[in-house]
Amino acid sequence: MAGKPVCQNGQGAEPARQGRLGAWARAYGRLPLPADLNWLWTIGAILCAILVLMLLTGLTLTLVYTPDAGLAFGSVESIERRMPAGWLLRGMHMTGASFFMLALYVHLLRGLYYRSYLPPRRGVWLSGCALLVMVMVTAFAGYVLPWGQMSYWGADVAGKAVGAFPLAGGWLEGVFLGGDAPGTPTLHRMFALHFGLAFLIVGVVVGHIAHVHARGSSSPSARPAGATGVLPFHPYFTVRDMLAIVLVALAFVGVLCFWPELIVEPANYRPANPLHTPADIEPEWYFLPFYGMMQAVPFKLGGLLLSGGAVAVLFAVPWLDRAMDVPHSAPVVVRLGLTGLPVCSAVAVACAGLHHMQGVWMLVARLGMVGYYAYFLLYLPLAGRLWRGGRV
Amino acid sequence: MVRRCVAIGAGLLWAWSALAQPARGPAPAVRQHWSFTGALGHFDLTAVQRGYAVFVGSCASCHSLSQLHFSDFEGMGLQPAEVAALAATWQVPNGLDAEGRLRHRAARPDDALPSPYSGPEAALAANQGVVPPDLSRILQVYPGGPDRLYGLLVGYGPQPVRQIGHGFSNPYAIGHFTAMPPPLHGNEVKYADGTVPDVQAEARDVTTFLAWVSAPHLDQRRRLGVGAGLYLCFLAVLFAILNRRLWSDVRK
Repeated sequence: MAGKPVCQNGQGAEPARQGRLGAWARAYGRLPLPADLNWLWTIGAILCAILVLMLLTGLTLTLVYTPDAGLAFGSVESIERRMPAGWLLRGMHMTGASFFMLALYVHLLRGLYYRSYLPPRRGVWLSGCALLVMVMVTAFAGYVLPWGQMSYWGADVAGKAVGAFPLAGGWLEGVFLGGDAPGTPTLHRMFALHFGLAFLIVGVVVGHIAHVHARGSSSPSARPAGATGVLPFHPYFTVRDMLAIVLVALAFVGVLCFWPELIVEPANYRPANPLHTPADIEPEWYFLPFYGMMQAVPFKLGGLLLSGGAVAVLFAVPWLDRAMDVPHSAPVVVRLGLTGLPVCSAVAVACAGLHHMQGVWMLVARLGMVGYYAYFLLYLPLAGRLWRGGRV
Repeated sequence: MVRRCVAIGAGLLWAWSALAQPARGPAPAVRQHWSFTGALGHFDLTAVQRGYAVFVGSCASCHSLSQLHFSDFEGMGLQPAEVAALAATWQVPNGLDAEGRLRHRAARPDDALPSPYSGPEAALAANQGVVPPDLSRILQVYPGGPDRLYGLLVGYGPQPVRQIGHGFSNPYAIGHFTAMPPPLHGNEVKYADGTVPDVQAEARDVTTFLAWVSAPHLDQRRRLGVGAGLYLCFLAVLFAILNRRLWSDVRK
């Protein structure tokens, strides 16, 4: 009899919770969105889908993975060779990382091009930038885990870069590596970081999406919703998102099954060897622009600050853009060209990062860096004056 | 203008560096036909099994396959009983006896393949200061792919001699010298299917075997790709139709 009230409470609460959940789902389904959203607004759904895939595959991989310098490489090999469907799970996790970063960069550029960062969506932009940083840290930590040659020497380069900070550098390097050189303590740190940040990212993504829903979506024309017309999220945008997800999944399967060499770094199939430095240490493609910037500056701290600043400057974009009251004043071709400037610059720096940093490549990297920063620190603040002046 | 100059300069530098390749880089390998290359290739498992025999006869005395377990050989088309019999032909270390000497026993399917040396020092001492590389992922980490590996195996001169400080002359090795003595001479193995075991046939088979070892799930991966690709194409068409019909009533 003592249990009865509890039981009644449970029965009473269940329909109410279901009702609330249903109402919440209906509210999200009915969410009015501008009718002129284009296909670039599907990237958010694609990112969510890849994030779910990464979480599920990651959780299964942890069942076999061992974060120990002596065992990590062998445990990854046994995932690939002996764990049931292990080759598929690891393949999806590796391909997913590259696809996630690519989609994230496209998502970011879409925001930059259509100026989605303007009020009232500053908070959305800031949480997105925070997500970018968190995803980058997670991706780096994940790349260290297989403990191949590139994992080891990547951790070594990152440790030395952190150590270049004045005053606290040596201490930070010690915290990061857990010793003088990468080893078992580093792997424990990276594993905890990779695992923990994944769930933090999910939390921030939920906040990011809730914020968009509260503030309303941006749109290509940036006109008020009354002028563009609105459509409910479901079924118009859910179906379009599903189509986009299926198309990306098609490309995903292509890379995963037929062209894995596009994303796989062969050197990482050699076990980590602290006594043998590879001829070229290079990070994954999505870090190449920042790696290139780090290399293009003759002193370490400068390189570190400039490559970190390339991400940090994104946080300041809503305040750098002074043309708040001039919606999309420039012609489309000019706007495309101008958004292309930081992209081309980043690609140029990335190409330079792939090569030995001297001579022409050094020049390319430095010019790219100037182009990248010029967009954010010169064009964005002056754009309003430029286009307002042009119109008058 | 500056950018164009930079682009032209970069192009010229690239062309120059391509022409001025160091003369001692490995010779370009002759293209061979392999069953497993190309987006839809698949392993010829009989060649993989013959390659295993060549590996045991010629390579296993110096090279390890440290990441493989005997049970992995089921993937090259063997039955569990055959794998157990194959494992039993290998000896693996089995702890120390009362006098501290290393004991051995016949291997079981869940054992890893044993290394030919007790440790890296022993490998160094036995091979004039060069450790023979582990072959678990050799096709993945060795630049040039199967063509170059095949070229290296058959590329020794007619009377190879070890030159002090260099090793053996071989155009496909880095610097045109390799520390590896010619591993294949022909007739190392007897092929059950009557193939003449000359150096070329053995090199082909062992290269196929090592390619399989480096990517044992390649066939499954490609099969899955075809199936999943077709399914997703079908799904994409359905969603495209649904999306088109749904949006057809929206005024542009």
